Amino acid sequence: MNNTRRNFLKFAGLTAAGLCVASAGSVIAAGTGSTIKDGEKALKAKRWGMVIDTKKAGTKEAIDALAKACHSVHNVPDIPGTQNVKWIWAVGFEEAFDQPNNYMDESLEKRQFAVLCNHCSSPSCVRVCPTKATYQRPDGIVAMDYHRCIGCRYCMAACPFGARSFNFMEPRLHLDLANLNKSFPTRMRGVVEKCNFCVDRLADGKIPACVEASQGALVFGDLSDPASEVRKVLREHYTIRRKPALGTEPGVYYII
Amino acid sequence: MLEKALKGSPKYYMWIGFLLLIILGASGVYLMQLMQGLTITGMSRDVSWGFYIAQFTYLVGLAASGVMIVLPYYFHHYKKFKDLVIFGEFMAIGAVVMCLGFIVVDIGQPQRMLNVLLYPTPNSILFWDMVVLNGYLILNVLVGWTCLEADRQHLPHPKWTKVLAYTSIIWAFSIHTVTAFLYQGLPGRHYWLTAILAARFLASAFCSGPAILVLVILLTEKVTTFKANVEGIATLAKIITYAMCVNVFFFLLEVFTAFYSNIPGHMHSLVYLFKGVHGHHELVPFMWTAAALGLGSLALLIPPKLRDNIKLLPWSLGILVIATWIDKGLGLLIGGFNPTPFETIAPYWPTGKELIISLMIYAIGALVVTVLFKIATEVKEETGASQKTAETAEAN
Ligand code: SF4
Ligand code: SF4
Ligand code: SF4
Repeated sequence: MNNTRRNFLKFAGLTAAGLCVASAGSVIAAGTGSTIKDGEKALKAKRWGMVIDTKKAGTKEAIDALAKACHSVHNVPDIPGTQNVKWIWAVGFEEAFDQPNNYMDESLEKRQFAVLCNHCSSPSCVRVCPTKATYQRPDGIVAMDYHRCIGCRYCMAACPFGARSFNFMEPRLHLDLANLNKSFPTRMRGVVEKCNFCVDRLADGKIPACVEASQGALVFGDLSDPASEVRKVLREHYTIRRKPALGTEPGVYYII
Repeated sequence: MLEKALKGSPKYYMWIGFLLLIILGASGVYLMQLMQGLTITGMSRDVSWGFYIAQFTYLVGLAASGVMIVLPYYFHHYKKFKDLVIFGEFMAIGAVVMCLGFIVVDIGQPQRMLNVLLYPTPNSILFWDMVVLNGYLILNVLVGWTCLEADRQHLPHPKWTKVLAYTSIIWAFSIHTVTAFLYQGLPGRHYWLTAILAARFLASAFCSGPAILVLVILLTEKVTTFKANVEGIATLAKIITYAMCVNVFFFLLEVFTAFYSNIPGHMHSLVYLFKGVHGHHELVPFMWTAAALGLGSLALLIPPKLRDNIKLLPWSLGILVIATWIDKGLGLLIGGFNPTPFETIAPYWPTGKELIISLMIYAIGALVVTVLFKIATEVKEETGASQKTAETAEAN
């Protein structure tokens, strides 16, 4: 029996050694990474949300301008092909909303819709993340810790809105390094990223970059405050959300 | 016992050398992936999991399959499986090692993998998958190794191994259920969002897994003095047949639900896989091949005359393995991601590099299985159990 145990231990040791090699000399990942500190003028809310007036920002050009504002502030690389990264972009009605209509009026058929992370109230991406690298803040923003993300991409499979991008390659290869925004980090290869509702700018007292660039087409504010501008706009217009049937409770509303 | 793996015939050394060569060569490509990122794969923003995770899913089935031998042996005292049990357990070890390997090569930041343990997140199914897979590995190593060592010394198996063996039987169901839960709990992925997915996973595992196991055992018989109990193999073939029938039945349930309800979301993936949409037909030939081979394997397995024909059996099992592999190792993943959340089609095909890295993991698995089977067959030879010359294996 002794012999058994000794042999087993030998074997167990070997297995353990093998596993260590398999995990490619795993190092304990350091630190919890970037938690954004609120400044003195920080904008605060109970539940941040957004309303997009698609009549005002309804063309590819208009939405590209929003994307440009966002992507330059957040150092989002411009990668050609299907392994691209994008935080906000333009799609047609049927791509954005699960309600095909065979006889839609022409203006709607041509209209483009800005899509971005919905900062859902019951986000499936947060539910599946095995490291809490994607997490929900008390103010409703679904934020990410790029230093903790292991790049398993489970959140990408879980997000029904296609809001997430993975850094398949070194993003710096596709960034204009001379014109980086120094106050926001660039990401490393192998992590997931998406729109962060500009947590970085809110902490500095600034509204989101896309909202600022939208000339009033995008409204951002506290959904829980009946007196807020978003609530005012929501009261005055008929709005819809993307795929409400899935129960994620998106925080981005569209005026059609 | 490990020393048994070090002594062998020239053929054995050549095989080991061949596997090591593959692993070494392919690890160069893996190094390239580590340096350049997953961009060397065919995956994209829309199809964010690919060949690696598909192989992982398929191999979890192989890992769970040993239970089709262990369960009848322990729960029903089916003695004909006595000498097969160890192979089921060792196969499970090889399969789990490959599963873990496919996870490691798939993630973008492998050096951070321990984050899953440092920040345990019980609401993530991936966390539980890691727990059950590693647990299953440990259970099989403990039980398999200890029992084999006891056999070698003509000692009765220690009592605790029985407790662990019972645990591992339940556990085997959990690894495949939890792996199915990875998929079936995701909103908006219609092909996966179905309560029967876990059941389908189990059915497919319980036919394809033992089929691979039987094929490997038949191969083992060719190269060693080991001779499996003929009745045992026949029983296993029967189990495989039942499981495959259930597997096909479950799939047809999906087809009925999708097409009779006529709900586009439910039909889309199936239509894309079997007919093609928006001018994309990438998987159509594969899926029909799988359908034809699946039914073909049933035609060869259901009639007892054909099933019991030991010359024909490897062929029947071979086509069954191909059919289930296309279904679960290819169709399930790509069909789940297509149509995309934008109702578009994003074709995916693994790149050569992706296939080479997958080959590396398969070679590692083959190496583990070879070494473990070598040890097991040598112990059997030493103790004279299930040998070619012997008439039948002694009952207990
Ligand atoms: S849109 Fe997607 S990524 Fe954003 S919070 Fe909702 S589920 Fe998560
Ligand atoms: S890729 Fe990163 S953020 Fe997404 S689930 Fe994995 S660890 Fe979480
Ligand atoms: S809210 Fe901020 S991060 Fe999100 S799309 Fe707009 S600018 Fe980009």
